[in-house]
Amino acid sequence: MNLPEALSGLWAYWLLIALMMVGLYIVIARDNLIKKVMGLNIFQAAAILFYVTMAKVEGGTAPIVPHDPAHPGGHGAHDVVYSNPLPHVLMLTAIVVGVATTALALALAVRIHGDYGTSEEDEAVAYDAEHG
Amino acid sequence: MIEKILVLEVVLPLLAAPVCVLVRHPRFCRLFSLGVVAACFAIAVALLVEVRGGGVISYQLGGWPPPLGIEYRISTVNAYLLALVTAMALVIFSFDSRGGPPRVPEQRRHLYYAVFLLCISGLLGITITGDAFNIFVFLEISSLSSYILVSLGGHRRAVMSAFYYLVMGTIGGVFFMLGVGLLYQETGTLNLRDIAARLEPSLHDRGTVLALALLVVGISIKLAVFPLHHWLPNAYSFAPPKVSAFLAATATKVSFYLLAMILFTIFGAPFVFEELRLQAVLLPLSLLAMFLASGAAIFQTDLRRLLAYSSVAQIGYMTLGLSTANATGLAGGLVHLFNHAVMKGGLFLVVACLLYRVGSVHLDALAGIGRRMPLTSAALVIGGLSLIGVPGTVGFVSKWYLVSGVLERGWTAAAVLILLSSLLALVYVGKVVEVVYFRKPAETQPIDHVREAPLGMLAPAWVLAAAAVFFGLTTNWTYGVAREAAELLLAGGI
Amino acid sequence: MSPETTILVALLLPVLAAVSCLLLGGGLGRPNLRDIATPLIGACTFAAVWRLAGDVLAGGRPELVLFEVLPGVELAFQVEPLGLLYGLVASGLWIVTSIYAVGYMRGHHEQNQTRFFTFFALSIFAALGIAFASNLFTLFLFYEALTLLTFPLVTHHGTDEARRAGRIYLGILLFTSISFLLFAILFTWRLTGTIDFTPGGILGAETSSGMVTVLLLLYAFGAGKAALMPFHRWLPNAMVAPTPVSALLHAVAVVKAGVFAILKIVVYVFGLDLLAGSNASLSLMTIASFTMLMAAVIAIRQDNLKARLAYSTISQLAYIVLGAAMATATGVLAGGMQIAMHAAGKITLFFCAGAILVATHKKKVSELDGLGRTMPWTFAAFFLASLSIIGIPPLGGSWAKWYLMVGALETGFAWQAAFLGVLMLSSLLAVFYLMPVVVRGFFAASPSAGPSGSAGGDRKPIAEAPFLCVAPLVLTALLSLALFFVAGDLASLLNF
Repeated sequence: MNLPEALSGLWAYWLLIALMMVGLYIVIARDNLIKKVMGLNIFQAAAILFYVTMAKVEGGTAPIVPHDPAHPGGHGAHDVVYSNPLPHVLMLTAIVVGVATTALALALAVRIHGDYGTSEEDEAVAYDAEHG
Repeated sequence: MIEKILVLEVVLPLLAAPVCVLVRHPRFCRLFSLGVVAACFAIAVALLVEVRGGGVISYQLGGWPPPLGIEYRISTVNAYLLALVTAMALVIFSFDSRGGPPRVPEQRRHLYYAVFLLCISGLLGITITGDAFNIFVFLEISSLSSYILVSLGGHRRAVMSAFYYLVMGTIGGVFFMLGVGLLYQETGTLNLRDIAARLEPSLHDRGTVLALALLVVGISIKLAVFPLHHWLPNAYSFAPPKVSAFLAATATKVSFYLLAMILFTIFGAPFVFEELRLQAVLLPLSLLAMFLASGAAIFQTDLRRLLAYSSVAQIGYMTLGLSTANATGLAGGLVHLFNHAVMKGGLFLVVACLLYRVGSVHLDALAGIGRRMPLTSAALVIGGLSLIGVPGTVGFVSKWYLVSGVLERGWTAAAVLILLSSLLALVYVGKVVEVVYFRKPAETQPIDHVREAPLGMLAPAWVLAAAAVFFGLTTNWTYGVAREAAELLLAGGI
Repeated sequence: MSPETTILVALLLPVLAAVSCLLLGGGLGRPNLRDIATPLIGACTFAAVWRLAGDVLAGGRPELVLFEVLPGVELAFQVEPLGLLYGLVASGLWIVTSIYAVGYMRGHHEQNQTRFFTFFALSIFAALGIAFASNLFTLFLFYEALTLLTFPLVTHHGTDEARRAGRIYLGILLFTSISFLLFAILFTWRLTGTIDFTPGGILGAETSSGMVTVLLLLYAFGAGKAALMPFHRWLPNAMVAPTPVSALLHAVAVVKAGVFAILKIVVYVFGLDLLAGSNASLSLMTIASFTMLMAAVIAIRQDNLKARLAYSTISQLAYIVLGAAMATATGVLAGGMQIAMHAAGKITLFFCAGAILVATHKKKVSELDGLGRTMPWTFAAFFLASLSIIGIPPLGGSWAKWYLMVGALETGFAWQAAFLGVLMLSSLLAVFYLMPVVVRGFFAASPSAGPSGSAGGDRKPIAEAPFLCVAPLVLTALLSLALFFVAGDLASLLNF
């Protein structure tokens, strides 16, 4: 696969990787704990989007079996192409995990603010260095 | 019969957690959670007995057959882990910490037990399930609850450590999720055995290799493999002592199982260790962990931090067993899971005893404590000797097989380095023992009021200390099971 | 009582002694009973080991298998001649030492006596475990246990100096045992699949000469208790311990555990034939000779009496290593004999050093002028024991030296004469580091007597150490003498 092909055919992946790195960069580079949590969210979102991308089948429609009046209670038309529903289902769980993580992280950030009087990591580290 | 109750292993603690939340009575919650853990332990032992010698038990959740449905599948490998986790949980739960973690008021203590149960449920779920995405869910359940548990430590830095642990853990979790996604893309299935069976033709795809990389790095963060270990020393040294004991004895062990299972069962030893030569990375990292983390432990002045760094070094021994990829070495790594759980769990319980009576485990505060708390100190010495690997303790058994496995591979230099690294353990253990027994207490910190720890604390610590000697002298059970598990893993089964 | 039970009883009696020490001295607060119990149990232990001697002399090899530790590795004991000899020496001298220790510890007003006697008894347990070990694992288990159990004895005083010595003690002994001995054991396990002591050795004839050399050196340095240079520094440092510890443990039980391990490994792991057929032994013989001479030279320069004796021990231990390295029947016989002879001699010398310390609080050789006249029994015993160490008939030590020289001639190396010379030179050096003590004691003028004191007339009264200190040292000095006459029995016991 040459470069243009890789860029055009896999553009979604490139985008996801970029998004992911943005998230990771924020987690690493920012001192503010809330911003770190946001970075973490972006990072997770990229992974979730990855699953969603994966589920896409070319020409596929939503995986809902259409009602066929000719065969009540039977299976739908066989020529319909569906997108893969499984990754979406998985992502529902992953989103729940992400929400829980964010909630916990924010709760911890509140506690840190209460204990240190700051939400900045570098200030908290300096405080620890001073007070042991 | 046994397959019917198998699912209870995970469901019991999972349901017990909301029960605790509803009942809100701290004493009840304590005894109730102890009972639940005891039941889990009984089930795990029954499972282990059942599958010894190559048996397999499969349970289909909701009656959906695999590969579509989620399958719980027990073989010697994960039965061993289940027994290990529940046994440690049982001993540590029976430790009477007299008032729970410092940050939790009496009327909220039931939540603490609920979180503890959730953590156990997650750890058992990871071990028991045969579905890749299910593993991710349980991984996050156990991780989220361990972040909470860590944050309950008395010191303000406990919360900061928990936050840091959360960031690292979440990154690891996302890596794991991405790896599973790529595997799904390659094979179109989430059932572990199904993935393993279908991966063969696409083993050399870039996607597969990337999946392997993501999975290994993701789990390595949770396992605290050097150099991804930075969250661990803080988390272990600021968590409530009982939590440190629990996490040190169980959480990293389950992560190790996960790593081994993914490398051997899904990707297969020939691909990982002969084609990709993962040992070329894993072995140096293990050795570095053993030397640098032990070296860092020597310079710690706080007993808990010292033990935490020693944990990083001990994880190095486990991954070293992994990188030999032969039955002896892998069995050595697996048996070290149990052995390290016993000794480090015991040592952290000793720390809890010391904290309760002395109020600090800074080495200066422990001077001469050996006379005031002889039994606690003796347990400390036994655990310490085991860390060094003195014959007659569990540490020796691990080392024996690890070195044998390494020698089988012909890595003589690595064998020498393993033995040398235990001398670093000698230095930091020796330092502690000298302070405890031979240093005179400082004038500013009189220890005359210090008494021996209460029985409810001492007994669990001594159970583990005694186990460290007992299983150092009879290895039929531990090594027997570990060997069987190692052979099963090398053959690609679970 | 069957031999199996006897082994178990012999091993458990010291543990019983430790427990009774702990109960009588600690819980019940009856130090007198405690101090009677130890020698009594010691006597029982010796009797038990003695019972085994009959079986072994008759060609039996009593065995006791406790349980399997690792697959193929058992915690097991077997009594064979070398182990029996070491067991007899350790348990026999324990009786005398425990009596001496009572006199010494009380005379010198030592603290923590219960802890002292408890760990002392446990150390004997470990020593007997080493003696009867039937495989390398059991040997290693008790070897490490001995190191750890003697650690509290070395740091007994709890001073900075004692703690520093303790650190060196543990550091060197565990360093050598873990990085060399354990490695060698694992390597042997890897090569042969067994670590049981087997007559004729377990390393097959196909083992390459280079491998044998490496393994032999690993074992020799790994048994750090043998104090081969350059891993000898722990021994002089261990002299901060109370004198009974130096006497029994650091002249007999601990150091002999090292050389005993080397002897046993040479005989039962390598096999004399394999070793004699390779040129591995030459390197070890050279190291042993170097240690022998070097330590003797250092000993001459030591003013502290116990330090001088410690270096003398290092030098004398090298004789045993030399005997083992010769890989001939005579060499092993000489090594085994030296274990017994040196034990009796050196324990006497340490007892004397302790008695002098208790009576006069003097530690240095240069302070001993004229003391022989006030402590005649002590100095007479010192004289006898010195002769034995030097190797002058009719004292036991002479036989060990004799067989060593015979062995050196038998080896068939081109420069056997060189080793003969080393042995002779070493004996000469022993004269130089031991005799000055006797000479000063008996012939030098006592400093307090003043310059005119030599005129005679004002004989100072006898001022010996307490009876419990003096009686044991006279006993062991006589033992050195007696050993000269029973050497034939020893030789038939050690007939390989």
